[in-house]
Amino acid sequence: MHIKVKLFATLREGRFTEGEREYPAGTTIGHIIQALEMDEKEAALIFVNGLHANTGDELHDGDTLAIFPPIGGG
Amino acid sequence: MDKILRIDMGAEGGPKITASPVGAYAGLGGRSLTSSIVASEVDPMCHPLGAGNKLVIAPGLLSGSIAAMSGRISVGCKSPLTGGIKEANSGGQPSQMLARLGYAAIILEGKPKEDKLYKIFINKDGVKISEDKSLKMLSNYQVVEKMKGEFGDKIACISIGQAGEMRLPAASIAFTDMELRPSRHAGRGGVGAVMGSKGVKVIVIDDAGHTTRQPKDPEKFRAANMKFIEGLRTHPVTGQALPSYGTNVLTNIVNEAGGYPTYNFKQGRFQGAAKISGETYAELETKRGGLATHGCHSGCVIRCSGIYNDKDGHFVSKQPEYETVWAHGGNCGIDDPDKIAMLDFLDDDIGLDTIEMGVAIGVAMDGGLLQFGDADGAINLIKEVGKGTPLGRIIGSGAAVTGKVFGVEKVPVVKGQALPAYDPRAVQGIGVTYATSPMGADHTAGYAIATNILKVGGYVDPLKPEGQVELSRNLQIATAAVDSTGMCIFIAFAILDQPETFQALLDMLNAFYGLELTAEGVAELGKKVLTMERDFNARAGFSKIHDRLPAFFKTESLPPHNVTFQVKDEELDTVFNW
Repeated sequence: MHIKVKLFATLREGRFTEGEREYPAGTTIGHIIQALEMDEKEAALIFVNGLHANTGDELHDGDTLAIFPPIGGG
Repeated sequence: MDKILRIDMGAEGGPKITASPVGAYAGLGGRSLTSSIVASEVDPMCHPLGAGNKLVIAPGLLSGSIAAMSGRISVGCKSPLTGGIKEANSGGQPSQMLARLGYAAIILEGKPKEDKLYKIFINKDGVKISEDKSLKMLSNYQVVEKMKGEFGDKIACISIGQAGEMRLPAASIAFTDMELRPSRHAGRGGVGAVMGSKGVKVIVIDDAGHTTRQPKDPEKFRAANMKFIEGLRTHPVTGQALPSYGTNVLTNIVNEAGGYPTYNFKQGRFQGAAKISGETYAELETKRGGLATHGCHSGCVIRCSGIYNDKDGHFVSKQPEYETVWAHGGNCGIDDPDKIAMLDFLDDDIGLDTIEMGVAIGVAMDGGLLQFGDADGAINLIKEVGKGTPLGRIIGSGAAVTGKVFGVEKVPVVKGQALPAYDPRAVQGIGVTYATSPMGADHTAGYAIATNILKVGGYVDPLKPEGQVELSRNLQIATAAVDSTGMCIFIAFAILDQPETFQALLDMLNAFYGLELTAEGVAELGKKVLTMERDFNARAGFSKIHDRLPAFFKTESLPPHNVTFQVKDEELDTVFNW
């Protein structure tokens, strides 16, 4: 299945900003985080199609996954 | 901080200066002090620009000490924008310096009988006030340059630009940073217009001869401060994200969450967001020889600001804050970081609230005055405000007035004050704060984004109404207390997540004043402040119908999540039921 992965802030360092990739059916967010060699603590804020998601959630074809480190402002 | 400086601008024979003991206001600071003075000394029915209003400028309880992050200052008055009580908060150097000189507050009261413009100089020897015609209609950067020439560069300034002199409802008050740039502002609610109405252009402070304020228990205080700093440095938000990218790190996440108000609150995502994100600004700042990390006051260890240069390496402005980048950026369909930085500089220089200006221009775009995305048109409009042309004065009067003049239905204001950078339909907790804060729409009054979007202090689903009232209530109480300490509100990210950092803050307050304050005591202070503020507003004619969002947030759904604001009016009426 086809997934768009977007990384932000410090998570881009040594990785990428945005990429579209193929993953086998049944791939979870946690699998992708692992494959990106990211600490689960670093991947603090996860959105799938603009909605908050968790590492155990399975992805579906055409999903957009966005991962942020802990951030704040205001 | 044992005295209050009062200057009666309307006294017979010219301004009269009195310094008196804090008296009944002992134990208060920052917002708790400004709101107490306004609530007890200002007639809620007075005209905000009349002799009856007072402008109160107060450092926080810990300002002037060695406590990290303690350089915030509160400005209070009856607001010319909302007609209710106002506390606008700023960083910069004046808070620490005023506190070291022993002033708990400066109160400007009365009104000059003639059209005169004054400067005030405060140092260890006392206070001098003099008329200075040469300051008339100078911008903030110009007036500070002049003061440097006159008093040297060891000073700090509190000033107004042309907008304040013209008494425009969106006028801010500028506070100089560590490099004497008037780049930190008490932006909201038209506090600059009140300073203008008092005939005061600039307050110059020189704290030479004074050192930091001494706590009652110096050992305990020092230990608590170390622990507090350690907590801020180890928390990923205050230790990493904010120093690296500044507040504008939020552009991408708020946009991703579908809560980024775009084209005057028509949609929740902006196509050009990446071009104006915190990541992009930080990269440009580093590449062009600016700074991606910079503190707004001495003692700041988070350092969320920066310096933005143009492509030739020349200073344009300080790093624009997230709300500024949003207001002048996505909200107006503008995706050029250079133009947005220029708008930030113009707002600072003329002395304008960046949120109010961006929203007013967005409303004017909706009304057909100019096209969405017209960055040069937006720049010209802000310049018109500085010149005081009739059109400029309309824009400088804020979003509500601009909406009326251009016949626009969609005007995002509460109590006459523009909504900041988070759409309340996609971030429902902040909608509760916007609707109910005594300040009018103000994200800082109860920053529900923390828990709705950033998962700080827990998590409450941003798209559903459940749990939002309680969230906003608790945040509004905590914020009213933090705003009284002189602490920057960004410490909240660490103290909400780390109980030991919150305890360190309590320990600092207790060691400084010889108190035994608990978490409950802090909450009581917050409730006391909010109660006073709401009581002032009630006496000024506000009722529960003013605690509402504009109707379109309930009727027009926001893409991409296609949501409306779902928190019921009856629930909004329970926010202040402790």
